[in-house]
Amino acid sequence: MRSDVFLLVCLGIGGAVFAAAVAFGNDYLFFAGYVVAQYVVLATAWNILGGYCGYVNFGSAAFFALGAYTTVAFYSFYPPLPVPALIVVGGLVSGVVGLGMGYLTLRLRGAFFAIATLALAVVLQTLVVNWDYVGGSRGAYIMRPETVAPLGNYVRYLFLAMLLLAVVAITAARLIERSRLGYGFATIRDDELAAEASGVPTLRLKLVATAISGALMGMAGAPFPYYIGYLQPSSTFGLDYAVNAIAMPLIGGTTTWIGPLVGAVLLGSLQQIATVTISSAVNLLIVGFLLVGFVIVAPNGIVGLFRQHVRHEPAGIVGRRRLGADAAGSAP
Amino acid sequence: MIFSFDLLINAIVSGILIGGFYAAVTAGVSLSFGILDIVNIAHPAFIILGSYLAYVLNLGLGLDPILASIVMLPAFYALGAGIYQIYYLSFEKRGQESLRGLAFFFGLLFITEVSLVLYFGVDYRYVEARYIGPTWHFGPIDLPLRILVPFLVSLLLIAALELLLTRSFIGRAIMAVAQDQLALKLLAVDPIRIKRIAFGISIATASLAGAFLIIIQPVEPSVGREYIGRVFAICVLGGMGSLPGTLIAAMMIGIFESLTATFYGPSWAPAVSFGFLLLTLAVRPAGLLGR
Amino acid sequence: MSELLAIDNLGKRFGGFIALDGISLAVGTGERVGLIGPNGSGKSTLVNCICGTVRHEAGAVYFDGHPLGSAAAHVRTRLGLARTFQLPRPFVSLTLLDNLRIPLLYTVAARGQGYAASEIEARCLALLREVGLEAKARHRPRDLTQVEMRKLELARAMAAEPKLLIADESMAGLTHSEVEDILMLLRHLNAEGIAIILIEHIMRAVMSFSQRLVVLVSGRKIADGAPEEVMRDPEVEKAYLGQ
Repeated sequence: MRSDVFLLVCLGIGGAVFAAAVAFGNDYLFFAGYVVAQYVVLATAWNILGGYCGYVNFGSAAFFALGAYTTVAFYSFYPPLPVPALIVVGGLVSGVVGLGMGYLTLRLRGAFFAIATLALAVVLQTLVVNWDYVGGSRGAYIMRPETVAPLGNYVRYLFLAMLLLAVVAITAARLIERSRLGYGFATIRDDELAAEASGVPTLRLKLVATAISGALMGMAGAPFPYYIGYLQPSSTFGLDYAVNAIAMPLIGGTTTWIGPLVGAVLLGSLQQIATVTISSAVNLLIVGFLLVGFVIVAPNGIVGLFRQHVRHEPAGIVGRRRLGADAAGSAP
Repeated sequence: MIFSFDLLINAIVSGILIGGFYAAVTAGVSLSFGILDIVNIAHPAFIILGSYLAYVLNLGLGLDPILASIVMLPAFYALGAGIYQIYYLSFEKRGQESLRGLAFFFGLLFITEVSLVLYFGVDYRYVEARYIGPTWHFGPIDLPLRILVPFLVSLLLIAALELLLTRSFIGRAIMAVAQDQLALKLLAVDPIRIKRIAFGISIATASLAGAFLIIIQPVEPSVGREYIGRVFAICVLGGMGSLPGTLIAAMMIGIFESLTATFYGPSWAPAVSFGFLLLTLAVRPAGLLGR
Repeated sequence: MSELLAIDNLGKRFGGFIALDGISLAVGTGERVGLIGPNGSGKSTLVNCICGTVRHEAGAVYFDGHPLGSAAAHVRTRLGLARTFQLPRPFVSLTLLDNLRIPLLYTVAARGQGYAASEIEARCLALLREVGLEAKARHRPRDLTQVEMRKLELARAMAAEPKLLIADESMAGLTHSEVEDILMLLRHLNAEGIAIILIEHIMRAVMSFSQRLVVLVSGRKIADGAPEEVMRDPEVEKAYLGQ
């Protein structure tokens, strides 16, 4: 399927989802739907660097939070910027920071890269917590407008925006996957040394992946202050976003754009249901168990299981070799 | 910023004491990450588990928390050995340690933490012992016993581990397994068994570190998270598997955090260890006393 | 014969261990050079330094007139240097066809002589045919035998359309006829004008293939000349005593 056709199909599906939610009438669906769509974006974004290139980012929350805090920083602009503009700005800020982070950390071996991303997230969090303009550790209050014509409820507007963003994210991921860039990413994941030897400019590609990944996450975070009303650094920068951004692609499947989508929709919905029926702490327990379970039993995720049992493709784990073994492959 | 000599001296001493404790916290990761190349990001969660178990035994049986943690050592060792076995069968054997191994431990982190939340709730817990409360004074220097005692026992722990690694057969086998598995096999030593023992020891240290933690400060389940970065920062700075290096790096971090908290405010302290980590990774990935 | 690769006083140490000590070597366009030496003599380190996988410390490497300096490996590949790895490193998640697609997309295209999208697949299949792997074009590397993996390594290096190919122990552990297969492939490539550095332990193959023989021992070059003369050199005999 060509990419523009795919985009139209996705827009169609997104529109249908929105219409169904409106028809159902329960406003809670929009709140829950926003979160699920947000996770689709986050999971897809993470997967571009983590699944395609094999570089595990633990600091996903930082990019998400950057997008959110960019919105907060612009909040005092009068008249306030509309959400689509905020999304673009949030994406730009996060993309640039992603590029910077990549430049600092991408020369590191896999495990060190993951730890460095965690470190950067904390440094960013500390900076924000100490910046009073965006509320510091006290947090920031964002007043959400009541209605937006013709949709009515402002949350409906946010949900629609996030749905569109999810469509954009998925289309972009699919486009990348099938392009020359996608092949390059796969070689980085499989064997970076051999990739370089074959002419792939690995550092440049990794920077591109980091920038795109960071930008998308920032875009997902931009509308968040309007959604939540009260922004707190500890939870916005929290590990909860990091674990979901990692768990959803891993459970869904890391090698294609479908995996994060499946993982986000399934896990996101599961968490919403659990929050409503049991408690919100149980959420993370579920994520933890599913993550551990899938990673042991079904390393290629749901997509992998589908390929194995429905399409009868041979099993075989796809992914990166040891984090540590980047030696030149032979004795001196 | 109010500068006074007393404040400075106490900040440095406090940093050294806390640094000793940080070293005990990191010792397990020096083993698992520094030597075995296993990114056990869940280690701080196991420490918190140790804290809660020490709390339970302290509350129920009146056991001194450090004694309680020693009683729990075999259980933690078994936990570590079991986790390694799963890790080995699921990841190392298949050659897939990287992303999925990391995710495995990340999942364990959450399972442990949330289980503690569900069982104990989010209230802070603390233990009771005779040395929690009194403070010794040496001139301008204040030495709170609740930090001094864990500091001293931490030093003992580090010394014991170092002796184990350098003098005993098991210890040297552990050091060897990181560098040359084939040589071990030729000596009829099963490298997997050695790694299992090493990882078991690594988690066992979490029991002790947990007791130290809950003596120093009240604990609730999410406290572990602030240690994740600290622990890896110290491990990398200290040269990845060098215990003396870990001790020095831990004290350095302790001192810098203490100075930052005293003169700039505690909200800047978390950035210290992470800033150090980033700097080290950028400039000298082998750490201060790197292999 | 013009100088394609010029190595001037190259040095490299790993900690306290001196892997390369003042190596100077030149390879001309279209030349066939054999590189031999005991295990640990520095052959693979030399290759890594030439190709940019490892950074050298002393001396300089020039390729096709360009000083390589600290250029990244992918830059050197684009200049025309290709290599195989001692232990084959295929891209495991890609099919054989896609494995060959990578050098075409990234190396050849970067030189401005790229193939049109429709031609790329045909070119990959042609390359696979040359090494006898066309039947497994849609398979993944895990389905390959040892010798097939070696052939894939060579095919991938060939796909980069190099001026100089370094074949690092491509024949280790192969049977007599498999060795002949690889040799024939290399001779064919050389006939097309590609210079080849053959690093091997199989003396029969090296002797029959090389126009020139270079011997490395403990990081130093101890001989460099016509194969028969080099093998008669007493120092070389001493180095290989017991081999």
